[in-house]
Amino acid sequence: MDIGNFTWAAMALLLAGGYMCLYRIGKGPTAPDRTVAIDILGVILVGFCAMLSLLTGKDFYMSIAIAWALLSFIGTIALAKYLEGMGLDE
Amino acid sequence: MNEYVGLGIITVGLLFDLFGCIGLVRLPDVYTRLQAATKCVTLGTCMVLAGVFVFVGFNPTGVKALVCMAFVLATSPTAAHAIARGAYRSGVRMKEPVVVDRYKSAVPAPTPHPGVVVGEDQGDEEPVAAESARKGS
Repeated sequence: MDIGNFTWAAMALLLAGGYMCLYRIGKGPTAPDRTVAIDILGVILVGFCAMLSLLTGKDFYMSIAIAWALLSFIGTIALAKYLEGMGLDE
Repeated sequence: MNEYVGLGIITVGLLFDLFGCIGLVRLPDVYTRLQAATKCVTLGTCMVLAGVFVFVGFNPTGVKALVCMAFVLATSPTAAHAIARGAYRSGVRMKEPVVVDRYKSAVPAPTPHPGVVVGEDQGDEEPVAAESARKGS
């Protein structure tokens, strides 16, 4: 079955969510607001990679999604530890 | 048949993603934004990945979608917990009125950020206020 239109609409929705995250990154009054928005942007882009994989039928987009999820997690943990004023081993 | 079930799951997941992002924009302070965004977006992305798995079945794309779903389910709540802890300990307060704050007795009193009025959504005026306060003292 042809799912081109569906995946394009899905990617448009995910991009709308991503732009809302970018708004919060730019606007957010405190540093934790921006950290939350960066974390959510990473998870949204994982879904975007899944939609790309459906659209093109290639499986390496899912590999990109896995790598992106793990790297986004590490970056968020580093930012949270920085907010807390601690090193990464405490 | 599997295709239609997968597309339905993906659609519900996309709606969860969108509502989570709307909550990220609309809610008043860090903790409410964290709650809305993290829960909705984690569930939404996991449903999108589950829908991809149901759609394509057992081939490399589907199995990678399952692995990615496990990663997102494990890492996203952990990151949210770390952010909430870091935000509280760095001195960001909840928006008034606060009903209950049991974490206050468990941590040493954090020093609030200079010039940050939490819950006040006008981010533009705060640096000016902070500088004038510093000059005044």
